[in-house]
Order: sequence, then C-alpha cells, then structure tokens
Amino acid sequence: MKQENIKIALVGNPNAGKSTLFNALTGLRQKTGNFPGVTVEKKSGTFRLVGGSGQPDRDVTVVDLPGTYSVYPKSADEGVVMDILANPKHPDYPDAVIVVVDASNLQRNLLLFTEINDLGLPTILALNMLDVAASMKLTVNAVQLAMQLNVPVVKINARTGEGVPILQQAVSTLVDKKEKPSVKYFYVPKGNEPALIEEVKSLHQLDNDYVALQYVCQHDNFSFLAQPVRAKLDGLIEKYEFDETGFLAEETIARYKTIKPIVDKAVKSEGISEQPLWTRKLDKILLHPFWGYVTFAIILMVIFQAIFAWASYPMDWIDENTAALIGWTKEVLPAGVLNDLLTDGIMAGIGGVIIFIPQIAILFGLVSLLEESGYMARVMVIMDKVMRKFGLNGRSVVPLISGVACAVPAIMTTRSISSRHERLLTILVTPIMSCSARLPIYSILIALIIPSTKVLGIFNMQGLVLFGLYFLGLAGALVSAWILSLFIKRTEPGYFMLEMPTYKLPRWGHVGFMMYDSVKSFVLEAGKIILAISIILWVLSSYGPSDHMEVAEKKVVMSMSSASAEERGAAVASARLENSYAGNFGRFIEPAIRPLGYDWKIGIALLASFAAREVFVGTMATIYSISGDSEDVLTVKQRLVQEKNDQGGPMYTPAVCYSLLIFYVFAMMCMSTIAVVYRETHGWKWPLIQLGYLMVLAYVSAFAVYQLMS
Amino acid sequence: MSVRTVSQLQKGEKAVIRSFSDRLMSLKLLEMGCVPGCEVRLDAVAPLGDPICINVGGCYSLSLRLNEASTIEIE
Repeated sequence: MKQENIKIALVGNPNAGKSTLFNALTGLRQKTGNFPGVTVEKKSGTFRLVGGSGQPDRDVTVVDLPGTYSVYPKSADEGVVMDILANPKHPDYPDAVIVVVDASNLQRNLLLFTEINDLGLPTILALNMLDVAASMKLTVNAVQLAMQLNVPVVKINARTGEGVPILQQAVSTLVDKKEKPSVKYFYVPKGNEPALIEEVKSLHQLDNDYVALQYVCQHDNFSFLAQPVRAKLDGLIEKYEFDETGFLAEETIARYKTIKPIVDKAVKSEGISEQPLWTRKLDKILLHPFWGYVTFAIILMVIFQAIFAWASYPMDWIDENTAALIGWTKEVLPAGVLNDLLTDGIMAGIGGVIIFIPQIAILFGLVSLLEESGYMARVMVIMDKVMRKFGLNGRSVVPLISGVACAVPAIMTTRSISSRHERLLTILVTPIMSCSARLPIYSILIALIIPSTKVLGIFNMQGLVLFGLYFLGLAGALVSAWILSLFIKRTEPGYFMLEMPTYKLPRWGHVGFMMYDSVKSFVLEAGKIILAISIILWVLSSYGPSDHMEVAEKKVVMSMSSASAEERGAAVASARLENSYAGNFGRFIEPAIRPLGYDWKIGIALLASFAAREVFVGTMATIYSISGDSEDVLTVKQRLVQEKNDQGGPMYTPAVCYSLLIFYVFAMMCMSTIAVVYRETHGWKWPLIQLGYLMVLAYVSAFAVYQLMS
Repeated sequence: MSVRTVSQLQKGEKAVIRSFSDRLMSLKLLEMGCVPGCEVRLDAVAPLGDPICINVGGCYSLSLRLNEASTIEIE
C-alpha cells in the first residue's frame, strides 16, 4: 500500500487544453492563454484520491509543464519539460504522466505522446477537444486508440470538466500497478545509434534507450549533468559520428510513419475537415491589411483609456482613504519617532504600492482576455514584419504591451520567444516602455507645466502630452532594439512559426484569477522593495551626521522668530532635511545633475527612485516638507510651483520639467527589473549593460532637452 | 523549372509537401505537423505581405514567415 504522495505531470502541445485540464483537476485557478508558451512558470496543485476497500485517501500533486511540440526544446520554457522528465532525482519527477492531446489534430499531437511514452514513464492519454473535432466532422474512437497505443485513453472535456473523475481514477489504477510494464518503443533507432545508446546506458546506469538518447541529444540543456559529464558525451558523439540534425529529422519522420496508420484506424472523417467557420470569418477581418490594424489600434486605445481614465476612480478613492488613515493614525498614536516611522515611512510606502492595484488589475485582465480569446496570436502575425525591422519578433508585442503595466511580468513573458537573440533584445528594450510606475511622475510634472486646454475641440492638451510620452517610450524601445541589434551578433536564425488557435470565448473565471494573481505578486514583490526604500529613506532624511541637523534647526528658529509657527515649522523641516544623510548625498551628486537643471532636492528623489520610480512623488512630498497628506498631487504641485531656485526664480521651469520627464522616460530606475533581467539572462552582464545604456540615454536626452529649452 | 515552395502559393491554393531545403528549419516544421505528403493551403497573408497563414492537413492554421515557408518544397 502506497502511503506517500503521488506526483503526476501534465504534458501536451500548446493550445491542447493542458492548463484548462490542470484547473479542472485541481480546482486551483491559474493563468491560461491561447498562444504558445503562456504556461511558463511552474504551476502545481493537488487533488484527493478517495481510497476504498482498505485504501486510505491519497493526495496527488499535479505539475503543469510548459506546452511543447516535442521533447526537443525550441525555447527556454520548453527546456523545463525534459530537464524534469529525464532526471528521476528531480523533486518534480512524476510517478505518471498525463499527455493531453487535441483530438482535432491527433497526428501532430501524438508525436509528443509517442516520445513521452518511449521515455518509459507510466503514461495516460487524455483525449481533449472532441467537441472541436466533432465540429470538423471528425470522430475519434478512444477504445481503438487505447488498443493501438497500449495505454489508458480517457475522453475528457477540460472546459466542462467532463471525464475528469475518470481520469483521476485512471491515475490511481496506473500508479498502483505492481510491476512496471516493459516499454513498447514507438521508434527504434538503426545504424550506429544502438551501439551509442548502449554505451551511454552503461555509463550512466540507465535502463531506457530513449532516455539515453536524450542524454546524447540534449545534455547541454540538462541542468543535472555536470560539465565533465557533458564533455564525455560530446566525445561519444564524435566517436560514433552522430549527426544530430539528420537523426532528429529521421526520427520525427519515422514516428509520423508509425502514427499515421494508428490515426487512420482510430479517426473517422465525414467530409472535408476544416477549421470552424467563425474562426475563418474573424480572421478575414482581423488579418485584413486595413481593418486588421484599425482593430488593433482601437483595442490599444481601449486599453489606454481603461488604464488611465477608468482606473483613476478607484485610484482616487484609495488615495483619499490612505491619506485619511495616515492622518487618523498620526493623531491617535502618541507623537514621537515611532509614530513618524509608522505614518511617514511605512504607511506612506504601503499607500504608494496599493494605489497601483487598479491599473495593474485592469491591464492584466485585458491582456489575459486577448490571450484567452485567441486574438493575441493574430496581433503577433500582423506585427511580426514591423517588429522584425527592429530586430525583434512578432512575439515581442506581448512583452512590449505588458510593459505598459510593469516590466517585471513583461520580461517573464519573453520566455516564449524561441530565438535567443530576439528574446535578449526584447528583454533589453522592454523597460523603456512607460510602465505604470512612471504615471504619477508624468501626471504631476504635466499638471505643473501644461495647461488643461482643449486642442481641436476634443483632445485635452495634458492628455496629448501624456500620450506623447508613451509614444516616445515605444519609439525609444524600437530604435534601441535596432541599435542594439547592430552590436549583438545573431547566432541563429529567428523562428516565427506560430500555431493559430481557433477563437474561443474567454472563461471569466480565468481572467478574474489572472487579475488577482498579478495584483498579488505585484503587492508582494514590488511592495517589499518600495516598503523597504520608504523606511530607509525616512531614516536617512530624519537623521544626519553628528549634530548638524540640530544646529541648522536652531539657526532657522533664531532667524525666523517673527514668522508664523506654520511657516517656521516648514523651514525647520527643510533645514533639517538639507543637513540629513539624504541631504548630504543630494548635495554630493548635485554637480552631476546640474547640467540637467536639477538641484540637490531633486537629486535625493532621483536617488530614492533608483530602487523604484514610484518612490519619486512620495520623496518629493517628504523633501518639500509638506505636512499632512503627503500623497495628494495637488498639494505637492502647489509646493513645487512655489519652489524657488538659487536666483530666486521659479525652480520648476518648463525646461526642468521636460528634462525630468524625458529622464524618466528612459532611465532604468527599478531594482525589480534589474533583478528579473539578471534571473532571465543568467548573469550580471546584460542587466549591467542595460542599466548603463539606459542611464546614458536618459542623461544625454535630458541634458539636450534642458540645454535647448533654457 | 525550379522547385516551387509554399511561399509562392496563391491565396486559397492547395499543394502537397514534398521535401525541405533547410535541415534545421525542417525539424521545427516536422514537429508542427508539416510532414512530406501532407496537404497545405494558403489561407491568409499578413497585411505587410509577411508572415503568412497556412492550413496544415485540414487540421489547424499555422503562421510562418516567408523565409520559413520558402524552405518547404511542394509538388
């Protein structure tokens, strides 16, 4: 009797319904989309197998592996599949595999199935999308299929949950089998390969031919093999004159030859099979030379409208309530250092995080809606040629659009780009897209210098400038990609090849979960950093070296004895700040930022926003010693209007504001982005190059703008 | 006469795959179900002329770039 947990893995082609089955099996909602490679992160969940006749209940852990067309990976996320399935010591190595296949496209789907079967893992075939097959006038005989393939075949409908209990029962039956049945290989290699396989088997104590073959073909992708082991395998490849490309083509063709009679026997076709009518009709419009772009432009405009106009209502509400809560806490708790830290540091920091929730939720909801419906694949098609001109790929559109919300998840979606070169370029330029964290900076500076007048009767001047900044971000990203592509040499041809899924109605539950999930990870990941920075900044601006701050405070009090208490209070805070650690640093970097038109106070805000741009407005509020509601844009704005420079003129001239705006369009001021680029490119080389490039770009353009305008 | 490829198909035209001219590209194409003997049909061309969408074996729609399509030789 087995007491330990059972582990199973879900494997299947992209768009075969694997993620949907995962949800149906575990009840745990997660992101599913319609374009290849959306299931990038590891998703796992559990379901309970109810025991019977002396059997206890058991938990089954399900791991959803990235969608792939074969065991030979073509992109970073597909590599995960074999790294787990070829390594029995991997913590996620399954006791059984469920291969999910799309019944409407059985031949191609069975290729992956036969490969997984040959690895010697207990396998179940889950026959999905029988309804789509039926609409294409195809009927699949599951019993016939099970007999031919020699594995359990279960008919399911992942969307409705039909057949899922039977599938769970089949898992239980399969893992309880006493002896492992010997593998019936769907492909038997010829020529030199058997001898090579035998040598690898004895060298690594493997008992499966196909696993040994995978050691030969993709040992460089196996994280569990050490470098000397890989070198030894390279030696074997030379010894047996193994030609990988030729072999793989031969293997795939041989597999299709085996599969074809099986499919012919199991599938009955009445008439000519064809994609559903509405998919073909919609494609006529959405891929149309004119209407295709018009539709895409309208969809983009709706997304912008949603992020900037609709989101402003919940954002204002959050803003008012955090301000009220901070004010209330300040009054209720006894005054002192702890009160200040809690209200000005921690609560102001948290307020700065949660204000972005509506924007992130709306954007991710809309993006997942586009993925769910199948439209995103069409966007990639109509944009591929344009993107290629800049060294990118049609698939780069998704990261670039997502970058308008936040570069961190956007960069993670680049894993579906199979060409390393195009993926790297996409990663490097995605942070130039204006993310939601830049929005508060843009809004306050625009409100300062641009009048809210109407242009051409319908457009708001401020809105136009905002749109211009976003456009500048997009243009900057594309041009940068083109410049970088001149320096980063292409090592392999870029692939586009993309399966066009049929259009489907989105499942609202998934869209809702997607919104919840993105907000959760934003609040937890970005929130941690913003919170930490807020506290550090509070400490640095509240304390200073030795007694400088106290001395400065006394001086102000003496010189302003005739002024009102309120004015004096503000001046005291200002003087203290100037002599704090943060103030000292601002003074220290002032010479470097003078040419851009900035003073030491802006220097502090720049420094603080190095960690996260969101911090900028809050820091400005702290720096300009505003009492009370520190997040309220109006009060910060009023204070900025009154701010004087050394010569006694207004500090925030249009030149300074434009210089700051341009600086923030380009500057890579986000620690989370640097961290995610480090993780995705496996090293410090690219994040550092990116940081340097963007800093130079930001500095030079801000310098040019300031010098031209002043 | 030189060999025709999928990239030269007219909209709506059908053809049968014969062979591939690029070894690396053929691996990917084979995995995507483009097997010699399989019938393909040009369904759509992206607004800027590239990429194109072909129907593979009546089963599904595959989008690929012209340079990728030009490695698929047809009968």
